[in-house]
Amino acid sequence: MGRSTHIALLRTWLESRGHAVLDTGMTRSVLAGRGIKEAKTGHTLGRLTMQLFYATDFIDRLENEMLPALRAGFVVLTDRYIYSAMARAEVRGLDSHWIRSIYSMALVPDAVFYLRISSAQKLVERVVSSGRFFDYWESGMDLGLGEDFYESFIEYQTRMLKVFDRMSSEFGFNVLNASRSVRSVASDLRRAVTKLIDEPATPTEYNVSPLIPAKDKPSPAKPSTNVIDKSGHGSHG
Amino acid sequence: MISYGHHQFPGKLFVVEGTDGSGKSTQLALLHQWLKAEGYPVFFSEWNSSPLVKDTTKRAKKRHLFTPATFSLLHATDFADRTERDIIPPLKAGAIVLADRYVYTAFARDVARGCDRAWVRDVYSFAVKPTVAFFFRAPLDVAIDRIVSGRPNLKYYEAGMDVGWADDPEESFKIFQGKILEEYDRMVSEFGLTVIDASRSIERQQREMRLLISQHLNKKRRGKSH
Repeated sequence: MGRSTHIALLRTWLESRGHAVLDTGMTRSVLAGRGIKEAKTGHTLGRLTMQLFYATDFIDRLENEMLPALRAGFVVLTDRYIYSAMARAEVRGLDSHWIRSIYSMALVPDAVFYLRISSAQKLVERVVSSGRFFDYWESGMDLGLGEDFYESFIEYQTRMLKVFDRMSSEFGFNVLNASRSVRSVASDLRRAVTKLIDEPATPTEYNVSPLIPAKDKPSPAKPSTNVIDKSGHGSHG
Repeated sequence: MISYGHHQFPGKLFVVEGTDGSGKSTQLALLHQWLKAEGYPVFFSEWNSSPLVKDTTKRAKKRHLFTPATFSLLHATDFADRTERDIIPPLKAGAIVLADRYVYTAFARDVARGCDRAWVRDVYSFAVKPTVAFFFRAPLDVAIDRIVSGRPNLKYYEAGMDVGWADDPEESFKIFQGKILEEYDRMVSEFGLTVIDASRSIERQQREMRLLISQHLNKKRRGKSH
């Protein structure tokens, strides 16, 4: 939790050190952002349709925002990447080969920061203390897991946590205990990012993408940085 | 998620495919009338008709926001909504579903635009395999003639202007349709498409379709009426 807070802090800090920053996030694409938000207000959005709508949003931002920024030497911060989408798909029983092949053209991030909250109960405390109501999709209400938003939220988030924890080792997430103070999480993030920027790595791809010709691949410029967390599937930042 | 070829439903799914101007929609409309008259429960579903996605597609086309990848994915989103809403439920209920354009349209167009063949097939792997998929094959010049003469202005994406083959829309459209036809031809054996010669008379094509379809309906009607 606290993704948007940490991205904002990181951005200011990076800019103060002279780095150009692009920050982006799920459902913020010019192409599909509005359509997704509208589709989510109804009750007819199916799980396949939802996944593909999010994939459209992601690829639009990848091709039109992230890749051009990386080529121009920016640091890219993104609030959730392909992992949140993959986790949601998995919790909804969709074929993981399917969702992974859709996202096969994504770049492997230089770092994935997993802001981890240790249990769904702890997550509830944070939602409640922020004063906002449970969100339909963040509570997994489309899955019919519980008799009300609270029960459903606990069950859904518990499942998401399990999937994120497993992906964490598969994809080598950088795990940060997000239950600590904003200050200490932020300082961990800065330390990790400093290390990356001082030792720039070449971005690689999961696959050779058929859609991004070799000449358009980003040059080994500044690293991209990706921040997600376990509550990473709602529309709220 | 059940993938292509593995769904088992009591209903029947018939789809028509082909280049623009091949006459497939006319044939499907005639088929629809006939099946209704025969007393079957029939549902019709058409390409690009998802109420959730339509506005986004319309806006993106108008503002030229698409790349080949996002064009493909947004159309897949539209198709997923149709599958979840208009196609699977009636098939589960034992009805007949008629689809004007199906996954093969995406495979043909998106690959013609430069998307990877295997990738596009993966994206659509959730689709239900049709009972029969008709491919209305018209010679390229006939199809192009029907479209170009019937319409004063070819639309930007329809003509494949986004890919940049030619500055002239008509020229670009011809190149695009040629590539699409090549993809369709390749899919005939890959997916077992039923080829209908679209240069013959409307009546003959319709007779052939009804004959082929009735083979899939006989069992069901016998079960019902006795």
